[in-house]
Amino acid sequence: MTKKRLATVWLDGCSGCHMSFLDIDERLLLLADKLDLVYSPLVDQKTFPDKVDITLVEGAVSSEEDLHKIQHIRAHTRILVAFGDCAVTGNVPSLRNSVGAESVLRRAYMEPDLINPQFPTDVIPALLPVVRPVHAVVKVDVHIPGCPPSADTIFSVVSDLLSGKSPEVMTSTHFGA
Amino acid sequence: MSGVVTLKINGIDVGAQENETILDVARENDIFIPTLCYLEGLSRIGACRLCLVEVKGISKLLPACATTVAEGMEVFTDTDRLRKYRRLIVEMLFTEGNHVCSVCVANGHCELQTLAQQHEIDYVSLPYLYPQRTVDASHERFVFDHNRCVLCTRCVRVCDEVEGAHTWDIRGRGIESGVITDLNQPWGTSVTCTSCGKCVQACPTGALFMKGKSVGEMVHSPSFLTFLAQMREAKK
Repeated sequence: MTKKRLATVWLDGCSGCHMSFLDIDERLLLLADKLDLVYSPLVDQKTFPDKVDITLVEGAVSSEEDLHKIQHIRAHTRILVAFGDCAVTGNVPSLRNSVGAESVLRRAYMEPDLINPQFPTDVIPALLPVVRPVHAVVKVDVHIPGCPPSADTIFSVVSDLLSGKSPEVMTSTHFGA
Repeated sequence: MSGVVTLKINGIDVGAQENETILDVARENDIFIPTLCYLEGLSRIGACRLCLVEVKGISKLLPACATTVAEGMEVFTDTDRLRKYRRLIVEMLFTEGNHVCSVCVANGHCELQTLAQQHEIDYVSLPYLYPQRTVDASHERFVFDHNRCVLCTRCVRVCDEVEGAHTWDIRGRGIESGVITDLNQPWGTSVTCTSCGKCVQACPTGALFMKGKSVGEMVHSPSFLTFLAQMREAKK
């Protein structure tokens, strides 16, 4: 059996979904037999490869960089999975949407008592005016709600996807789980 | 025996008192119909539309909580058409407010969250509106968070019909609607509020909660309001 190519990415989220993925514990060995982890914050691979079978996307789309990444990832992924509440709903990153991007930048870079208060202009990617869930930007094939989705949910969904089955998601998770 | 009717719900023959609603009869027979604005013991307003059912021979959908049964009625509670509308209603409730379950006081104890899971809503297909809403923490014991309000008006009705204070009411129209205390003033300055907390217990979401509750800690007990209403009914 050829191994499936799995990628995981981390956009605007807290990495909690990746932590929950690691909480699969010894069952990671079962998954490792069936997949190659070709790109992830957990491995040292700088560029997103071509022809990825499954990509788990943690986090909302909040910055120019997130937008650029997710479009590239979509173009090179067969099954795109919105992984956790930030990717599925916008969740905590989207809290800023009702006050606007500028007001959070002002709060972080201008209001504290700094020696040289200024908005960042380079290095840090510009914030998008509105934080959006992944499906609002590119087509998403599978949604896994949860903050974070439990290790059991992740294991069962990823196992189903690896064996080509349509995953049962909503029996074990929900928004805020 | 007079006053008794028979009808079919999802093809099953059921008996009912003639003044009962479709929802009453369905619940007596363990047939699930989702509800949100309905709370046993309060008046039935049919506002949330989640309990809509199909009745044979009637082209429009009827709210089960506010529709009285009739002899020979054939009711369907779980059709593709109903599932589609219910999912859409729950999605609209999510987009119209700022419902961020993971950081909500009612996480794990919220009727909106439960409805989403019951309807297998794995994502919201409609665009979120991200309205700018306020939080009123002026009351010494309770907080009202407009971000989480779904305008079910259970607080308005319990305050008026059970407590008799009528502190809560509704202002505005459509998407601009919101619940208010007294003459749209901070809750803490209300002269009619008795601080009984019935509104807090009636709330289906994290809109009304007790001060000091953190994420997931606010557990509402709407059933005690039903008990109060039943005891009062028995006294009459």
